[in-house]
Amino acid sequence: MALLTVENLQVSYGLIRAIKGVSFEVNEGEIVALIGANGAGKTTIMHALSNLIGKDAGTVHFADTDITHTPAHKLVPMGLAQVPEGRRIFQELTVAENLRLGAYTRKDKAEFNEMLEKMFERFPILKERRKQVAGTLSGGEQQMLAMSRALMSHPKLLLLDEPSMGLSPLYVNTIFDMIRQINEEGTTVLLVEQNAKKALSIADRAYVLEIGKIAKTGTGEELLSDDAIRRAYLGD
Amino acid sequence: METLINGLSLGGIYALIALGYTMVYGIAKMLNFAHGDIIMAGAYAILLVVGMTGNLLLSVVALIAAIAFCVLLGVTTERLAYRPLRGASPLAVLITAIGVSYLLQSIAQLFFTSEGQPVSTGAAQLGSVTFLGANLKLSSLITLGLCVMIMTALTLFVDKTRVGRAMLAVSEDRGAASLMGINTNLIITLTFAIGSALAAFASLFYLMQFPVVSPTLGSMPGIKAFTAAVIGGIGSIPGAMVGGVLLGVIECVCQSIPALSPYTIAIEFGLLIIILLVRPVGLLGKKRREKV
Ligand SMILES: Nc1ncnc2c1ncn2[C@@H]1O[C@H](COP(=O)(O)OP(=O)(O)OP(=O)(O)O)[C@@H](O)[C@H]1O
Ligand SMILES: [Mg+2]
Repeated sequence: MALLTVENLQVSYGLIRAIKGVSFEVNEGEIVALIGANGAGKTTIMHALSNLIGKDAGTVHFADTDITHTPAHKLVPMGLAQVPEGRRIFQELTVAENLRLGAYTRKDKAEFNEMLEKMFERFPILKERRKQVAGTLSGGEQQMLAMSRALMSHPKLLLLDEPSMGLSPLYVNTIFDMIRQINEEGTTVLLVEQNAKKALSIADRAYVLEIGKIAKTGTGEELLSDDAIRRAYLGD
Repeated sequence: METLINGLSLGGIYALIALGYTMVYGIAKMLNFAHGDIIMAGAYAILLVVGMTGNLLLSVVALIAAIAFCVLLGVTTERLAYRPLRGASPLAVLITAIGVSYLLQSIAQLFFTSEGQPVSTGAAQLGSVTFLGANLKLSSLITLGLCVMIMTALTLFVDKTRVGRAMLAVSEDRGAASLMGINTNLIITLTFAIGSALAAFASLFYLMQFPVVSPTLGSMPGIKAFTAAVIGGIGSIPGAMVGGVLLGVIECVCQSIPALSPYTIAIEFGLLIIILLVRPVGLLGKKRREKV
């Protein structure tokens, strides 16, 4: 069943149309990757899905609900969370405060504590640093915090915008392991990545975005073995 | 000692007003130049309730009326004048705020003329107490005590509650805050409401010391408090408190020394310039990271 259905999405910055009619869907339980070069419009799509920016045309459905114009803050309690590009953790707040904000829409205290324990178990470093101001964490630790923060809201669908950006290979592996694990625990994932190889290898399906349009789609394996894709995105 | 207490209580008033400027700046990212006029509006509300009765109990009722009126006014101006401009250039918002300021003053003039009208809050009858040989006005002590209490409560609210944390999040990154499920418009409205309620307290405390209401009453304390907010580091809550108290104490000290008193305002703004030269972000201000 399609959890997210995007039809004919169009988005502009001023007079420049960045997204020129994009349609795709994410089924329940899947990891779907959206890959594309710098400036292809991946972040624009992510921002438009969460309604951080407006749309010119198109519709977005989340399960059976039309969320085309639902304000960002109302999407979180519906089960749609996003880890935005650049992580955007609250640098001046502590690790614990960031995690609390992730659970802003959840009022059950026992559930919160249970979730917090789970995050700390997954990333003991966050527990160690919980009273530390988040801006002092390393890039990789900030990414783990950003993902943990998003998970605190119990999302059905998690949007991830370049989670591996700027991280060392070791951390990249940790992050991709975590994505797979999150997915196995029942969260559907829409993943935007520059690291096409890694993304395609964990994705059930993927879409290739070229200057505001979907150029290709297929399963992760199909795209990994596609010659044109290998040349353009995998550097072979 | 007397000068110090008077300075601290005047500083407390400046700090209350400065908090309104600084919180709105930090969270809504705008300079609300009409904030001083909210104090004026509160002062008229107090005038209407207390008049010349000098009745202390009535002053308390007047305070509650002023809080209600200021909050309503502050939230309404935000809704009607500023919210439609969200995302517009900072200059457009600034000019709108200046326009709102003149509008509020003109409305006051329309209803109450431009004449100053005396009001008696009963503060004068409170008399004074002698402590360690110093003659301290009870009204100053009450002002000081209440300011400390209000600011402690505000600090606790912002640091310890869920909504306070949401305010800090919105101030740091509005987009990321909305991705947490925070209704950022609601938080901004709440910020205006809190700033306006603090302004209403400032109205009463100000009238206890300078008991005449006029349509331009808010201008001078408004400018001074804005200066205090900048000295402390605009956007910083403890900064507004420190800046306000510093300015109040300096003002009272200058005025108690005959040779300096004519230059009080020059000294205050001179201090602002010096502090900004040495520390452009203000005493407790943080350097904002440029967004990538
Ligand atoms: N705020 C903005 N104002 C104007 N143009 C913008 C804005 N943000 C993005 N763009 C333009 O829209 C296009 C798509 O940008 P977007 O950030 O969505 O790309 P992306 O695929 O996420 O790239 P990257 O891999 O570098 O993150 C680019 O041409 C970009 O220059
Ligand atoms: Mg991007």
